[in-house]
Amino acid sequence: MADDLIFQPAARLAAQLAAGKISAVELLQACLARTRAVDGRVKAFNSFDEAGALALARQSDERRAAGQARGPLDGLPVGLKDVIAVEGQPLTCSSKMLANFVSPYDATVTAKLKAAGAIPFGRLNMDEFAMGSSTENSAFGPTANPWDLTRVPGGSSGGSAAAVAAGELPLTLGSDTGGSIRQPAALCGIVGLKPTYGLVSRYGLAAFASSLDQIGPLAHTVEDAALLLGAIAGHDPRDSTSFKAGVPDYRAALAARKGPWRLGVPREFFGAGLDLEVGAAVRQAVEFYRQQGCEIREVSLPLAAEYAVAAYYLIATAEASSNLARYDGIRYGHRSAAAKDAIDIYTKSRAEGFGPEVKRRIILGTHVLSSGYYDAYYLRAQKVRTLIRNEFAAVLRDCDALLSPTSPVPAFRLGEKSADPLAMYLTDIYTISVNLAGLPGISIPCGFTGAGLPVGLQLIGRPFDEAGLLALARAYESAHDWHTKHPIL
Amino acid sequence: MFTRVAAGYGEPENTLTDPVVLALPGALPVLNKEALDKVIKAGLILGCAIAPVCTWDRKNYFYPDSPKNYQISQYDQPICTGGAVEIELPGPARNVMGAHRRIPLTRIHLEEDVGKLTHGATDSLVDCNRAGTPLMEIVTEPALHGADEAFAFLTALRTAMVQGGISDCDMEKGQLRCDANISIRPAGETKLGTKVELKNLNSISFVRDGIAHEIRRQTAVVTGGGSIAQETRQYDGEAGTSAAMRSKEMAHDYRYFPDPDLMPVRVDEAWLAAIRATVPERMFDRQRRYLEQYRLPYTLTSVLVPQLALCAFFEEAAALSGKPQAVANWIANDLQRELAAAGARAQAAAGVDLAASKVRPAHIAGLVGLVESGVISSSIAKEVFVEMFATGDQADAIVERKGLRQSTDAGELERWVAEAIAANPKAAAEFRSGNEKALNAIKGAVMKASQGRANPQQVDAIARKLMG
Repeated sequence: MADDLIFQPAARLAAQLAAGKISAVELLQACLARTRAVDGRVKAFNSFDEAGALALARQSDERRAAGQARGPLDGLPVGLKDVIAVEGQPLTCSSKMLANFVSPYDATVTAKLKAAGAIPFGRLNMDEFAMGSSTENSAFGPTANPWDLTRVPGGSSGGSAAAVAAGELPLTLGSDTGGSIRQPAALCGIVGLKPTYGLVSRYGLAAFASSLDQIGPLAHTVEDAALLLGAIAGHDPRDSTSFKAGVPDYRAALAARKGPWRLGVPREFFGAGLDLEVGAAVRQAVEFYRQQGCEIREVSLPLAAEYAVAAYYLIATAEASSNLARYDGIRYGHRSAAAKDAIDIYTKSRAEGFGPEVKRRIILGTHVLSSGYYDAYYLRAQKVRTLIRNEFAAVLRDCDALLSPTSPVPAFRLGEKSADPLAMYLTDIYTISVNLAGLPGISIPCGFTGAGLPVGLQLIGRPFDEAGLLALARAYESAHDWHTKHPIL
Repeated sequence: MFTRVAAGYGEPENTLTDPVVLALPGALPVLNKEALDKVIKAGLILGCAIAPVCTWDRKNYFYPDSPKNYQISQYDQPICTGGAVEIELPGPARNVMGAHRRIPLTRIHLEEDVGKLTHGATDSLVDCNRAGTPLMEIVTEPALHGADEAFAFLTALRTAMVQGGISDCDMEKGQLRCDANISIRPAGETKLGTKVELKNLNSISFVRDGIAHEIRRQTAVVTGGGSIAQETRQYDGEAGTSAAMRSKEMAHDYRYFPDPDLMPVRVDEAWLAAIRATVPERMFDRQRRYLEQYRLPYTLTSVLVPQLALCAFFEEAAALSGKPQAVANWIANDLQRELAAAGARAQAAAGVDLAASKVRPAHIAGLVGLVESGVISSSIAKEVFVEMFATGDQADAIVERKGLRQSTDAGELERWVAEAIAANPKAAAEFRSGNEKALNAIKGAVMKASQGRANPQQVDAIARKLMG
């Protein structure tokens, strides 16, 4: 029974819960059993609260028995990246700085999940403070790719992607600042959606780069992603950057919206640096849409291709240097035992509490905001950002969506790029510009390399057109079976 | 300013906090519109230009009282620019109006306050109750010429802010704080000298004393052949001394940049109009109006105009009685005196609040009416006022109850005068021999016998007739 529940799409589990064929407690216990069986090797979890989750599962079953089930998510466990606050649960950001921090409040997405009856379960590993593309920057050790345990799952939401890919959880939430949902989803062979900036509240998401961060779903299928997005999207008065707009029924839109679509293929996203097998798989996906009657246009995004990574690493690090200033050892978090005065508390606690990549980005961000450098770096990067946004807007006037690889390469070996930060940064080359432009992007499985590593197709949509983007992704998914393939662990 | 936690003073440490105030991971600021309303109102009161779009910047620096280690502030686009504060300098005497000047403002911006540190022998404690409360920073042009002007400026500014309902401006509670930038230059020189910033000026008097001290200190340095270093100094108001805190070289690089957590706020004309409708008349404008409209002297207006409630009280009483000067006299003198005395009895430092007074504008108007119509004399009216203040009864009721109506009965008056002449033969004789002043003794005796009820003019006439 329990094994039957592993790798099941969330929508099917929801149907089984609704039909009374399984209980929420049974489902959670299946997830727990799977996690116990494989997570020693995958290491997707930083921690989980079994008793608390079981209590919520029992409440869900009681609600359902009383005819008061709250909807499709009621009783479904949802894993949370360890950067999203859950009241009474650790919030480590995979950092020594917050190793012992317990959040006293719920993030808005957490509160929404609870309200929908979902069971927030587990604190999922990540690159420290979401800074990285491989989950190797975690203070608690790397997560492994379930398809090849010697390889990275991508990052920074590596734990969120690996937990789904390994069958430990049907649904997880990650956060995406420059590709941190889409790239690990691609490398782990699952679906990952970064919503339009402002669609999902950031309240309770420990900030990396405020103007780029978005929370989004990771799941086995497009329908599952639609299901989870519907539960977390919507305006939040606690987040000034959250957009005031209604939330459509994304799941209903999957069937309602049909092509043919006008699709753009950015020339520059298929150039140097793209793995041949990845490129081939993505071109085949493009061909699929053409055969479905879609109009395929080659488009050009020269600024995004040339300057997005540079602009991103100026803007994101500048914001991060300020956002992470609060981790000072004064009110909470790691405080150096060697500290003797206030300056000591700052310097020693931060020296001990942050890992090398976080320090690198804080130093870079501090520098670009410094008096005398602000105009040349930060201000210019913001101007470039505006140009990139305009470039996407122009292309999306004539195209419903854009197609590209999610990552230029499949999952790389643990340690392979650790010594070369720039090579690591370039793995986000196709995703970063989407964050700069604030657009929605989704990665769906579109094949495997000869070595059996998953390949992801990125679909980029118009602002707040998640419904259209999901329907477009679903059109591909329903004609392919990549999402039904699972790693053997 | 960016959270929904209550602001307060004197609450237990770290109780007025939430995830936003404490800068917990994931917390986000959301603008409290009331804070912006108030700074816009302050700007309108002071005649500032209001920016059409209000933006927010982060001011980055590490300090243990700053939970985020950055403050949300406004850097190069403050919400208010320009404007001025009208001040009155000390006059030649207390009851003579001093010269007026307008002190131009550079800008007003809004930022969040920080917490409070308490330093012990071996540790320091942080109280975040005050952190995140809205703070308005008002910067003047270098236009104040000394300690007295600074004192007058802060007094006028405080009155404007209190009357506008912006803040209670209680310096003890940290609701009004002041840093003074001070420089000296040779007479006739137009270029400003090197400035020194003086901090820790905890009362308006300390501001005045601190500035006077700093001017003396700088003068001594320069006349001694030295030069002034640009620095920040801490003033000790009790000791009247100052000490260097940090030099220009140690100045922070605040790394200002637009706060990505907050959206710019558009301030449109409808919003401004709604706030403008709540802006009260400026104090000195009111003073000038009272002079023109009611012919009130400075001695009265200088008491009334600093207190908005007193002005409202006065204007209501004046409208009821039609005798503004008489009404103003009662309010500025007798009512103020009784309120202060009642405050002293209740051991309230600020006196008893006008709002709690049993004497209302109608009481004053009624009393003035009785005096004007000759029903009671001025001296009886003083007595009636005290009774009104104690009981809240109207003047006419008190006069009737106590039988204080002024007597104009010629027979009764003649009897009183005759008795007084008989009882004071010496004074009568002196008056008859030409000593006018001796009449006062006779009149005094009549007043005493009549318990003040005798009409003084009639008594005067009858006494002259009887002794003629």
